[in-house]
Amino acid sequence: MSKKYEFPKSMNDVPTHYCGGCGHGIVHKLIAQVIDEMNIQQDVLLVAPVGCAVYAYNYINVDSCEAAHGRAPAVATGMKRVHPDKLVISYQGDGDLLAIGTGETVHAANRGENITVIFINNAIYGMTGGQMAPTSLVGQVTKTTPFGRNADEVGYPIRACELLNTLVEPKYIERCAVYDVPHINKTKAAIKKALTYQKEGKGYSFVEVLSMCPTNWGVAPTVAADWVKDQMEPYYPLGVFRDVPGGVTPEAATPVAGVVTK
Amino acid sequence: MAKGRPLINKERCKGCGLCIRVCPKKILEMSKETNGQGVSFPVCIDEASCIACSMCATMCPDCVIEIEAE
Amino acid sequence: MAEKVLMKGNEAIAEAAVRAGCRFYFAYPITPQNEIPAYMAKRLPEVGGTFLQAESELAAINMVMGASAAGSRCMTSSSSPGISLKQEGISYISGAQLPAVVVNMMRGGPGLGNISGAQGDYFQATRGGGNGDYHVVVIAPGTVQEMADCTLKAFEIADKYRVMCMILGDGYLGQMSEPCVLPEFVKEFPAKPWALTGKTPDRKQNKIMSLKLSGIDGELNAHTKALFENYQKIQDNETMSETFMCDDADYILTGYGTCARVCKKAVKMLREQGIKAGLFRPITLWPFPAKELEAACKNAKKILTVEMSMGQMVQDVKLNCGRSVKDVDFYGEPGGIIPSVDAVIEKVKSYE
Repeated sequence: MSKKYEFPKSMNDVPTHYCGGCGHGIVHKLIAQVIDEMNIQQDVLLVAPVGCAVYAYNYINVDSCEAAHGRAPAVATGMKRVHPDKLVISYQGDGDLLAIGTGETVHAANRGENITVIFINNAIYGMTGGQMAPTSLVGQVTKTTPFGRNADEVGYPIRACELLNTLVEPKYIERCAVYDVPHINKTKAAIKKALTYQKEGKGYSFVEVLSMCPTNWGVAPTVAADWVKDQMEPYYPLGVFRDVPGGVTPEAATPVAGVVTK
Repeated sequence: MAKGRPLINKERCKGCGLCIRVCPKKILEMSKETNGQGVSFPVCIDEASCIACSMCATMCPDCVIEIEAE
Repeated sequence: MAEKVLMKGNEAIAEAAVRAGCRFYFAYPITPQNEIPAYMAKRLPEVGGTFLQAESELAAINMVMGASAAGSRCMTSSSSPGISLKQEGISYISGAQLPAVVVNMMRGGPGLGNISGAQGDYFQATRGGGNGDYHVVVIAPGTVQEMADCTLKAFEIADKYRVMCMILGDGYLGQMSEPCVLPEFVKEFPAKPWALTGKTPDRKQNKIMSLKLSGIDGELNAHTKALFENYQKIQDNETMSETFMCDDADYILTGYGTCARVCKKAVKMLREQGIKAGLFRPITLWPFPAKELEAACKNAKKILTVEMSMGQMVQDVKLNCGRSVKDVDFYGEPGGIIPSVDAVIEKVKSYE
């Protein structure tokens, strides 16, 4: 008998601080597996966010840098410009990517930085105890929307893939989820595709992962997994938004104007 | 189908229970006893029926389960 | 003999940075330092470097953080309101012990203020500005030559001690043109085994972080104390200052940057009129050249601090001159007005 599924080599064998049933644990595992399979441990430079995943560097055994809240894409840009041959991953949560860091998110994508952004969307602020995120659903009860998110007051949630899909430069944008095994497998494939594209110098890639936050949603992990599928997925449709190297090229990616003509 | 068995590192488990419902053979149950965290962990109640599909290991957020297969 | 070239202050800083080995520069436009990004945009590609106009000053300082973590010599520049935006990044960079250079060509404040040179950011530069206990080495050049030399020094100190180094100039210094001898290209750079270059099998992962929340008792306490042991070494070894005619002076003028130029002129004119004045000019504002100041002021009857502000460095002068605070007078003009030589002379004469 040999091991068919084993503890990833690029994962540090330490207990994680994530809650039971948290999506971070799943995605960290997938990243470590992809690093093992692609044999890129010596090439990956990880930017850790401010959020529950601030300690990502304690779990994924690669050179890592902490970024201030929201600034990860800028830090990643600095790192990638110095080491264009390394594989820079900017791992971020919803506040990081879509609230405080919206500017950095949009501009790194717009410049087409050859980095991979992995966006964990769990529709809430985890680390700080469950406040509304830009991705929280209308009616969702959080610490700062105790009566449910009111669209008249604070608008609807933001859809990151759709937003970035309006820019010219990004090359690969996909939304995935980790609420069951088939979707986890697709998420792993997306992460692998993104890092492969980065290795081939193809440009900016963005993988959004709909994820569970049982503790701050106040439900059991299995109930949380169902909530992602039943409540989040209808608003955040899964799938490939663009995959330019793979032939999926929306109109926004090939503008007819925008270049000065002599 | 390959036969195999799950190797369960019970001390890593946080008792989330996500593995239990993804097992297609329904051979995982939460233990009666608790681990060092004070939570129950998965126990394979019928190793002979394990098909080494790895779905439990794939689902797990804490790398609790490895799969041995022939 | 190296040739003298006529250079604008801002451009001298940029060229000196390139010669110091800076190959990564990130910035956002703001008056009165826009010559620096414009120069770097043209010059860095010539030496295989990277110029990137960031989407904000906030993004720029974080790009510096990433580029520094990756082991490069890197720089950003801005002016007062933009430096305010960078304070978060400066605190993170300091906590993570990353070497980097930031240039502040000060302008009138607070808020949007105006675009003339001023010295209203002394507190911000020397007292923190970002959260937590840390220091940034602050160097205040007073001539275009010094702008070039101090920039080289800034990169050297940053790498030697793993700290942020700030060149604190002002709008006037940035705009003036003077002849200077540009420094030689630096050829040797210190090794950075802590940098993020990819975890190879022969070593552990490198982690750059300012968060010290591991659960080890007193981790942040110990880390901060270690930071300050490092700062003490800088204090012991890296102060820079100029004394001009202080030995027999009755009155010591103190000032930095543009104000020091005014004071130096005032000293010369006062001496012509038989009044024994001298100038003590700090060049490092942090670490403040305390011992040197105390020595210069030992026999003075009165000390006059002149600043383009409502009085910020004067506090350090009072603290460190070794005299009663009553012996220290202040004359300042905020909002971009340069104190006039005549006004300074009148002040000194009033002490007679």
